[in-house]
Amino acid sequence: MTRVLLRLVFVFALPAVLVAVWWVASAGSTDVYWPPLRTILEAFPDVWTAERLREDVLPSVLRLTGGYALAAVVGVTAGTVIGSYRRVRAVCEPVLEFLRAVPPPVLVPVIMLFAGIGDTMKVTVIASGCMWPVLLNTVEGVRAVDPVMAETARSYGVKGTARLRHLVLRSASPQIFAGLRQALSIGIILMVISEMFAASNGLGFTIVQFQRGFAIPDMWTGILVLGLLGFLLSVVFQLVERRVLGWYHGLRASTRRSP
Amino acid sequence: MLDVRGLKKVYEGSGRRVEAVRDLTFTVDAGELVCLVGPSGCGKTTLLKCMGGLLTPTSGEVLLEGRRVSGPPPGMAFVFQEYGRSLFPWMRVGENVELPLKQKNLSKARRRELVRDALESVGLADAVGAYPWQLSGGMQQRVAIARALAYEPQVLLMDEPFAAVDAQTRADLEDLVRGLWRERGITILFVTHDIDEAVYLGERVIVLSASPTVVQEQLKVELPAERDQLHTRVDPRFAELRTHVYAQIQAAKRGEVTDSVTKSDTPPPR
Amino acid sequence: MRGANVALGAAGLAAFLALGEAVPRLGLVKEAYFPPTSRIADALADEVADAAFWTALGDTLTGWALGLAIASCAGIVLGVVVSVVPYLRAATASTIEFLRPIPSVALIPLAVLLYGTELRSVLLLVVYASFWQVLIQVLYGVQDVDPVADETARSYGLGTWARIRHVLWPTALPYVMTGVRLAAAVALILAITAELVIGAPGLGKRIGVAQASQAVPEMYALIVVTGLLGLLINVGARTVERRALAWHQSVRGEVAV
Repeated sequence: MTRVLLRLVFVFALPAVLVAVWWVASAGSTDVYWPPLRTILEAFPDVWTAERLREDVLPSVLRLTGGYALAAVVGVTAGTVIGSYRRVRAVCEPVLEFLRAVPPPVLVPVIMLFAGIGDTMKVTVIASGCMWPVLLNTVEGVRAVDPVMAETARSYGVKGTARLRHLVLRSASPQIFAGLRQALSIGIILMVISEMFAASNGLGFTIVQFQRGFAIPDMWTGILVLGLLGFLLSVVFQLVERRVLGWYHGLRASTRRSP
Repeated sequence: MLDVRGLKKVYEGSGRRVEAVRDLTFTVDAGELVCLVGPSGCGKTTLLKCMGGLLTPTSGEVLLEGRRVSGPPPGMAFVFQEYGRSLFPWMRVGENVELPLKQKNLSKARRRELVRDALESVGLADAVGAYPWQLSGGMQQRVAIARALAYEPQVLLMDEPFAAVDAQTRADLEDLVRGLWRERGITILFVTHDIDEAVYLGERVIVLSASPTVVQEQLKVELPAERDQLHTRVDPRFAELRTHVYAQIQAAKRGEVTDSVTKSDTPPPR
Repeated sequence: MRGANVALGAAGLAAFLALGEAVPRLGLVKEAYFPPTSRIADALADEVADAAFWTALGDTLTGWALGLAIASCAGIVLGVVVSVVPYLRAATASTIEFLRPIPSVALIPLAVLLYGTELRSVLLLVVYASFWQVLIQVLYGVQDVDPVADETARSYGLGTWARIRHVLWPTALPYVMTGVRLAAAVALILAITAELVIGAPGLGKRIGVAQASQAVPEMYALIVVTGLLGLLINVGARTVERRALAWHQSVRGEVAV
């Protein structure tokens, strides 16, 4: 009982202190850019109404989901093909290294040329930015399939799609998830930026509107919402990861105990 | 049942040429338990992988019931030394045993029956739902054996399966293999570098020379079929046999010292 | 084998460039949107001859390097402090888990208001984004310290400072290097983003200007430059890391992942 209590204290103490400090320090603030936390929190329910959630937050999240899912499918598929063949890998490697090194936000102006400023552009931007970490990590994971496992599969006649499903993709999954995690933070960045560039709705658009209209407390609430969204997505990701990679964490823990 | 004729395997890579197996000819009869023993690095694993269809021999051939082996044949099951890397860590014990059966297009009920039966045979019926890494090394190797049994092979190839487990577990596993062999009548080819293990387990022992490998000697193990760790190992006949095999292996090592190329079971990096 | 791989890689690169030339020439995409490789190369040559380009490159690199340096120092110092002071790791865990996934671009409007198009705008975004990369790796690294080594050090009466220097730091070093390498890549992304979106001087702003004035080949040329810059940073960071780790492995005799 006391242990649970102690844990709760550890989890909530520092956040509470920080919020309290912010609250007190900003209480009498007359600086327009740093409004009192109280003002920000009071503005929150007025700004983020159900309608706003539907009109701005939902489209953003849908774009992110679409682009991210597209990137995951394309990245894992292409990565599996490239990782499975040594020659294909050797041919593609320099080009991939270059493409990965291009900072994803510069894709926004390029893709705007082709896809205009609609949802297609945003989804494409997110997908083409998120694809590289997924793809390159999949290549690494697929390449590193344990030779003994590969021989086991061969000697027991496990081949074709079964081999792909039960051996290659499963064995690469920790790497693939590492790529997906990197891709998630890139995806959020691209979602916001593509909406700041050209949009008529969405989180990024709304926040920039507040800033341009000098609605400072409203802008602060927008920053809070973006932060919450990032946090929520990361929690969801961790839940999925823990489910899918439960075996991997168990395996690592067991090898750490007896090296 | 199993014929190896003039088998030769040469690894070639980056200017190096390593002759792992020079010329091997021997047969294994149906229902026999044969142990292959030889000095470490004599190409035992190479030989076994050629027999299992995992490697293509440079020349010579392997015949299973008169048919030439050109890829992993469905009638053969392989038990690897590295149990920890041969079981898939993302699958539970039951799924690991069941996976090869799915490739055989067996009905679900039949698969379940085979899995349960195989796990019972190795004394791990309770571990169906566990992950391999939750088990001890010896138990993991039991799972690998169960996977091979459920596959219903005519021939079981075992590549130094107990080299990485502790001595007591090893004795248990040796008795398990002998028990399964007598019970099920499968043909077993058991590779080991441990002379005692070879004599204790085998009905026949094939002694290999150092690399490049040829058959140094074959001898019949004239011990009673009923063996146990306590009495068999102090049987004077056992001591005689193991001394003989030991002498042969020493001779094999001496004979080939001038020609030693590489002392590794595994192929050189390509 | 290495030679063959290099040849294959060069062939792949050549094919990529040839494809970039052929696709617009054959009319598969509009040349106005996707200029052929040769035109991008021409534009790149023009850029390189332009002094303003070099100023922009310098601005970008300044923001990147300063931001990375600040983030690395802060990340390392805070990481060590949090790990060494009793209970601090447990007390900060939830806060770190909450703050880390907050996208740094959320700070763009704040940066615009506070600093406009100054360098400090860029720094705010770069530092926030790359700080977490370093901090998290440092925390992992310190967690990896062998308890036996630490207890040995304690039993020989080594003080806190000596333990940090001789036990904690050498163990955490490979993780720190990884953190700095990851942070270097993130810092470049954020530096370019800040310039592109806020309009702070640098390559990103130049890309924005090229886009606004419909100078498509120049825009592509600049994007290629940012890609090369990223590549250079990745390769450079990996080389530094490998050097440091080579020394490290010989000391510890094992590979740290």
